[in-house]
Amino acid sequence: MDIKLWTLHLLKVLFPPQVLLPDIVAIDIGLTVATIVIGAYLTKTRKWGWLWHEWLTTVDHKKIGIMYLIAALIMLFRGGVDALMIRSQLIAPNAHFMGAQQYDEVFTTHGTVMIFFMAMPMIFALFNATIPLMIGARDVAFPRLNAISFWLFAFGAILLNISFSIGGSPSAGWMSYPPYSELLYNPGVGENYFLLSLQIAGIGTIATGINFLVTILRMRAPGMSLSKMPIFVWASLITSSLVLFAFPPLTVALGLTMLDRVFGASFFTLGHQGMPMMYVNLFWIFGHPEVYILVMPAFGVFSEVVPTFSRKALFGYEAMVGSLLAISFLSYGTWVHHFFEMGAGPTVNVFFGLSTMLIAIPTGVKMFNWIFTMWGGRIRLTVPMLWQLAFIPTFVVGGATGIMLAAVPGDYQYHNSYFLIAHFHNVILGGTVFGVLSGMYYWWPKMFGWNLNQRQGTWAFALFVGGFWLTFMPQYFLGFEGMTRRMATYPAGLGWTALNVWSTVGAFVMGAGFVVMVYNILWSRMHPDWDTTGDPWDGRTLEWSLPSPAPEYNFARIPVVRSRDEWWSMKQEGRTDEVKTSEATVRPIHMPRNTPMPIMLAAAFFVGAIGLIFGWFWMAILGGVGVVAALAYGSFADYSEIEIDAKKVLKTEAQLGRVES
Amino acid sequence: MSPKRRIWLSGSLVALFGVLAAGCGSDYVVFHPAGPVAQSELNLIVLSTIIVGVVIVLIWVLWAYVVWRFRDTPDNKAPYWPNWNHHPLLEVFVFVFAIGALVVVAIPTVHKTYVLDRIPARHPLVIDVTSLDYKWLFQYPKQHIATVNYFYMPTNHPVLFELTARSPLSAFWAPNLGGMEYAMPNRVLPLWLEATRTGVFRGRNANFTGIDFWRMTFMVHAVPNPVFSRWVSHVQAKRHPMTRAAWLRLLRPTVTPPLQYSSYPSWTFPQRPTEFTVKGLQYVPTKKP
Amino acid sequence: MSTTTTTTTLPPEFQDNLESIRIMGFWVFLTTDLVLFGSLFAVYVVFRSRVGLGPTPHQLFSMGPVLTETLILLTSSFTCSLSLYSARKNRVKGAISWLVVTLALGMSFVLLEIREFTTDVLNGHTWHQSAFLSGFFTLVGTHGSHVTVGIGWAIMLAIQLGMKGLTLTTRRKLYAFALYWHFLDIVWIFLFTVVYLSGIA
Repeated sequence: MDIKLWTLHLLKVLFPPQVLLPDIVAIDIGLTVATIVIGAYLTKTRKWGWLWHEWLTTVDHKKIGIMYLIAALIMLFRGGVDALMIRSQLIAPNAHFMGAQQYDEVFTTHGTVMIFFMAMPMIFALFNATIPLMIGARDVAFPRLNAISFWLFAFGAILLNISFSIGGSPSAGWMSYPPYSELLYNPGVGENYFLLSLQIAGIGTIATGINFLVTILRMRAPGMSLSKMPIFVWASLITSSLVLFAFPPLTVALGLTMLDRVFGASFFTLGHQGMPMMYVNLFWIFGHPEVYILVMPAFGVFSEVVPTFSRKALFGYEAMVGSLLAISFLSYGTWVHHFFEMGAGPTVNVFFGLSTMLIAIPTGVKMFNWIFTMWGGRIRLTVPMLWQLAFIPTFVVGGATGIMLAAVPGDYQYHNSYFLIAHFHNVILGGTVFGVLSGMYYWWPKMFGWNLNQRQGTWAFALFVGGFWLTFMPQYFLGFEGMTRRMATYPAGLGWTALNVWSTVGAFVMGAGFVVMVYNILWSRMHPDWDTTGDPWDGRTLEWSLPSPAPEYNFARIPVVRSRDEWWSMKQEGRTDEVKTSEATVRPIHMPRNTPMPIMLAAAFFVGAIGLIFGWFWMAILGGVGVVAALAYGSFADYSEIEIDAKKVLKTEAQLGRVES
Repeated sequence: MSPKRRIWLSGSLVALFGVLAAGCGSDYVVFHPAGPVAQSELNLIVLSTIIVGVVIVLIWVLWAYVVWRFRDTPDNKAPYWPNWNHHPLLEVFVFVFAIGALVVVAIPTVHKTYVLDRIPARHPLVIDVTSLDYKWLFQYPKQHIATVNYFYMPTNHPVLFELTARSPLSAFWAPNLGGMEYAMPNRVLPLWLEATRTGVFRGRNANFTGIDFWRMTFMVHAVPNPVFSRWVSHVQAKRHPMTRAAWLRLLRPTVTPPLQYSSYPSWTFPQRPTEFTVKGLQYVPTKKP
Repeated sequence: MSTTTTTTTLPPEFQDNLESIRIMGFWVFLTTDLVLFGSLFAVYVVFRSRVGLGPTPHQLFSMGPVLTETLILLTSSFTCSLSLYSARKNRVKGAISWLVVTLALGMSFVLLEIREFTTDVLNGHTWHQSAFLSGFFTLVGTHGSHVTVGIGWAIMLAIQLGMKGLTLTTRRKLYAFALYWHFLDIVWIFLFTVVYLSGIA
């Protein structure tokens, strides 16, 4: 074949008209320049080796946690820019800041990025950064699998993000209901990007679920019975178990749609007796537990933050654990409330409406318990605590509107309107995002060894929370005015303009809050407030008994746990020397060895996915071979551990002032 | 609580009440029902808002009080109980309180869900609704007429909408008359609505179906029965039947102005509506012309 | 990292704390795989009657090859256990030989299934034809690809057993493989009942 024709054809496939919009081309050029600059910087400062050995091949949960956090913040930026684009379009009636097609792509990527590539990694960042430290373990149960999870997530995120410059973005919404997501209505590769990127990241998420479930069940320090675990560990345990049962249906839903699109199957198509409804069911059997996967870690964070900054034990520990368990069970029996209007009949609707309302009971119990924890305490208004304090009044509104949505006939009027949009942003931002940001500020000194400037943090907080209320409260009322979600623009004369203006202003205030937060991080990096004690907040749980950041083996001496808030009791009872090691007790420590296998495996998945997306089957097979090769390499590599000898441990601990004389 | 937080909080409250006050405007379509279905849904919305409003206010007040009373200042005289972590009575009270509030919402929810599923008359006016790409087709099987993007209905007479789609999943929503129902390909779902006052009401597709979905609106003209009959005869007299060519034109993904047809071929709507949920009425679909 | 306890009654791979944690991890993985198959079963059961212009289950299935496949897979489960048994008795050669027998049986199972699928496709019954066929090929095919993965795993395991003998790690891997193989057998029994038996009846 003529090589010139072939090249032209390839260019047309890779860069269809919708990716040649001037703004996208500008971003492409910016990204290319940024990549070259970073590459040049790394070469000039000879940091490639450092990057490879310290980060890309690491299996250390603390470093993986940091990588998750950075990736999540970048994705928060991407999703946030999408959100600002959406809000800019909606500030005035008949606005055509973006074309309808581009608007559809932007809201699709906004939802997908925020749920799967911002909230999930943010949660996993906190898991990785803290769980082993909180339970007195030296690493997670499967360190290499942990790195695989991270790289699968990272390559999934890259895959979704390159779609807008190569081939075209998905545009069927983050739920991507068939038949709209099928070839008939949605030709092009955008939807394939959506399916494959979520699939790859989803495999990583399942692996993370397995990893933390086993870590928490099997790797706890002696004495830490289940009833002595910190609530954040409980929340992580239950979240992990939710992941295990929720993600396989998503895998199936996405996989079958992919088979429809790429291999011509007839699952959710209109013809050949396909049944789009089945996708909707499978998606929400995943989707509703996913909501709790997102919010439970936030509940866990708050259950750590409130006692610490109230200097008081958590109120109603058993009720807190019980309500987490109750929510996790109930979350599987509520998925139909996402489509009461699809003709399931009154009995089904009533069942799912009531089961949804039931979730309010354990959630309400938790709300009151956090307030009672503060009762009789001494509340310090640090930045993590401010996020928690904003969470209670915000989340209670989100939860309350959730009950309103569960009242079935009411939902007939709210469904797909801006009331619904306001509700789920209210719970996901007010719950998950406030929670993970609280956790980020709380554990930041433990992760990095220096603290974030509190004054700037307070500003970021105030702007973000203020902007949040201004953005989403008007949207409830837009719903009552009949405005539905995903409208690329709207005509004048419906009375929607004023509220939309407020909402857009609020969104930009939130954006300013994010900018201040990034400034806060960068400024604090330049002017570090070193945490020399390892316990900057006067903490209660084991991670604060370690230096900041913890040495690579975490605990030179595995603690023996006697009470729920072990570090607090140690401090109260003057037992803090228990964490110190001595020449007599020090032992060599085995740690997992770094390996390039995880990043290679994920890269192979990435190559295979590109092949499937563009229908280049030779490339898909190449990717598959790469996956097998990486797995075989991992299976045969036998030197998976290194030994840190006792002398070295003792030296490190001595430098940290943690050796008994 | 720091002054900064207090400013934010009071600012948001003022904004909230400002918006609430504006709720009386007629733009708030959900608050201006024109028929029993929307009215019944509004009543439930109001009831549930009051109940959850009480809970919200209670928690806000308790929260503000606790944050102020137990703030960490050297001169704070409030008690400090670092180990107070249990109070069985309080925990039981919270539990009972939550259940109680829910029961108040749950009972009318159950009741209304069943009531709204039944049509209160034996002979409703039937309108077959098809969602096409970026337009709504309304067919009157008894009257043999069809319209696009608008329809007439008589007041004080229940109307049964039979919804289907030749497009991706769409949602039929005329908020003044009542809540929405999906229009799905390969299925026919029922929805009944009734207008008790005359007027022209807006309706739209509430589910994303493609780039022009936001332009997929329709107008509902609720008119007294004699006017309705006159309108029907008027359309029938137009001698402008829906031809095969016209039908194929409708299937194209375009936005069209309102149209009307004096008759239409019966195969343009699924012959055997299945999966009906109108159990109370035992509705047997009438034979289509 | 590894601490060993001294419970003598347990097989070696369970005495080592780290290896026993890995076995538990594998159990948890099997749970997620079970949910995956559960979802596919649900899809199949819903789609079973949606045959469109394609064949019904009754027209499509024939008992002969399916029974053979079942017998082969059940036998392979037995030989897999024998392999594990040999390992427990510290007989490396026995473990490897039975593992090879297992994977040979697995291969013949996969080949029979491929033949069944090829026949269907050559008769014009591709999964494009109806939702039922899509569900059928995907459910059975997912099981088949699991078996194929298992064969690849068994090959690598046999090589490692030959190279390294019965270490803690290879013992644990063999145990995990046996779990996986029995799990696929159980899934097949459900497949056989839900798909083939109730389809032919």
